[in-house]
Amino acid sequence: MKFLTEYRDPELVQEYLKKIHRITTRPWTLMEICGGQTHSLVKNGILDMLPEKITMVHGPGCPVCVTSLSVIDEAIYLAEQSGVIFCSFGDMLRVPGSTKSLLEVKAAGADIRILYSPLEAVELAKANPDKEVVFFAVGFETTAPANALSVVHAAKSGVFNYSILASHVLVPPAMEAILSDDENVIDAFLAAGHVCTIMGMEEYYPVAEKYKIPIVITGFEPVDLLQGILMAVQQLEKGEFKVENQYTRYVQREGNIVAMKTIFEVFEKGDRIWRGIGSIPNSGYEVNDQYKLYNARLKFNLNLPVAEENAACISGDIMKGLKKPKQCPNFGTACKPEHPLGAPMVSSEGACAAYYHYSSSTGRKEVIT
Amino acid sequence: MKMHLECPMPKFGFDVITLGHGSGGLLTHQLLKSGVFDVFNNEMLNQQHDGASFELNGKVAFSTDSYVITPIFFPGGNIGELAVNGTVNDLAMCGAMPQYLSLSFIIEEGFSMQEFWQVLMGIKEAAQFAGVKIVTGDTKVVEKGKGDQLFINTSGIGLIHPRAIIHHIRIQSGDQIILSGNLATHGIAIMSKRKGLEFETDLESDTAPLNHIIYHLLETFGEQIHFLRDPTRGGIASVLNEVAELTQLGYHINQKLIPLDEQVEGACEMLGLDPLYVANEGLFVAIVAKEIAADFIELLSKDNNGKNAAIIGEVVTDHPGKLVMKSRIGGHRVVNYLTGEQLPRIC
Repeated sequence: MKFLTEYRDPELVQEYLKKIHRITTRPWTLMEICGGQTHSLVKNGILDMLPEKITMVHGPGCPVCVTSLSVIDEAIYLAEQSGVIFCSFGDMLRVPGSTKSLLEVKAAGADIRILYSPLEAVELAKANPDKEVVFFAVGFETTAPANALSVVHAAKSGVFNYSILASHVLVPPAMEAILSDDENVIDAFLAAGHVCTIMGMEEYYPVAEKYKIPIVITGFEPVDLLQGILMAVQQLEKGEFKVENQYTRYVQREGNIVAMKTIFEVFEKGDRIWRGIGSIPNSGYEVNDQYKLYNARLKFNLNLPVAEENAACISGDIMKGLKKPKQCPNFGTACKPEHPLGAPMVSSEGACAAYYHYSSSTGRKEVIT
Repeated sequence: MKMHLECPMPKFGFDVITLGHGSGGLLTHQLLKSGVFDVFNNEMLNQQHDGASFELNGKVAFSTDSYVITPIFFPGGNIGELAVNGTVNDLAMCGAMPQYLSLSFIIEEGFSMQEFWQVLMGIKEAAQFAGVKIVTGDTKVVEKGKGDQLFINTSGIGLIHPRAIIHHIRIQSGDQIILSGNLATHGIAIMSKRKGLEFETDLESDTAPLNHIIYHLLETFGEQIHFLRDPTRGGIASVLNEVAELTQLGYHINQKLIPLDEQVEGACEMLGLDPLYVANEGLFVAIVAKEIAADFIELLSKDNNGKNAAIIGEVVTDHPGKLVMKSRIGGHRVVNYLTGEQLPRIC
């Protein structure tokens, strides 16, 4: 477990905590973008180790949580077509659509496969020439290269019974949407380390400049997160607003050029509806014209009505940082992982699920010490 | 130590199981004769009656379980061994000494005869090792597509050790929570061979009968052992949540103390799985009186199945009804039941 244990070192953790406590003089609200970061904060019990003055709010960086109801409905529609093998990453299956989830459709007999890589779906298409194989291409910039690569790979090998239902979402437009909201409470961002590993840092400089907000690109282990928080608080206390990189062991300023090239080969930017937040301009990837044969929306003439979100779910407010999961009247009662009202309760990276699984009472100091 | 039985496969005259093998007619008879009666040869089974008759003197434990694992052959064992060890261990966790098992197959038409034979050998080996007899059984064949190769059900019966009083009501504050070995090895070994997920490890399932070591522990510590459970599906998180709920005491475990193989830890990290929820075989959780905990570990660690045994936590009066884990870095979190299946995450 080299490269992990040193980032979970209890002594280093204490050292960073002490520094954070020492320099924090005013209340600050920090948002960690990525669901993986949220999970790590809660799972390791970090939230109750931070100074009272620091509030962590959990951002929209969980792909399962922000995929709109309409897209889930599209996935369900495709999965129910005869002759279709519908492939998805595991945690999309439980997300409720307007009337049901993929898991229920699977139980009713649809051919739905849980895969770990979109390239497996291409292999599946090769092995089943009489079927149409559709891959549910969800995720942030992180999963986009592999999904794009599957399309390139299919095209190169002359596989035409493969297509993807693209539902990619992009981080910087979501940050801007949050920052330009009248009710915005965020003082600094911990940007998502994995996203920046692919995309680099360039996109973040204009955001930091325009909104005068510190952005620290941060990893996922306890030491990463505490170092990221420390760097953000240092900037806030000094009145600075820079883009900084805590996750230097992976993130380079220019990003992963090869991965980005693959993304732009297959995808183009377009507006995307985010669950609970609404439509954000240029915040998603869709398959471009050159590869339109691989766009499941075109191949199956998808034209479903836009689905209405469940009004009882406050996921939008949670993902914008306006509310904590436990401030939702349905948290842990009408809404539980086994019957979620909204997506943040479904995914292992959803803020509501993280709170549900790892802490039990209410309020900030909820975790027993 | 595992034995290796090298019995040659009898000539069944078929390469695969057919519907005829479940018809109750001649093919069934031939299959049972060479595949079951000759293999498990004992006086009760040999009567070829509808059930087994025997005497038991004392308090008895009775348990049943069905085995539906994919893949049916995995590093460290096969479904047959699992079907024996699983029920043997369920009985052992009741403080019982398993004696007799029933054995039922539901076979999918087209299942390879060679593989069926390998499974039978696995069952024979495991039964001999555990010291139990297969005394009654059943075989059904279902049409292709109506099953998944092979399902096995075993039920078992055993006499409860005279000094065993295993019950959650006996758990009290101050009791120590002991784990008999490395966590999550079985679940990850199986997963590493699942289609589409193959990753390289030399992990093997730790499926094993625990009745012998449990017998020694009961002989030595008797009623000082308050609770035993093998954390199969749902992992140790489920077992400890169940007892927390039943006893309304608090269960406090320390992540740092939980024995975990490095490869298992790595695989869990990669797949986004929490080892606390991963299935185990050949592993048990014991909740014992504080006074005997150190001696219990000493005795247990001399056994092949207890080499990595450790005290992982204790029962407390705080946070009643809840399982709380101290993280490696010193934070605390509540560990809940697993909801649904653990699904690997997107990124």
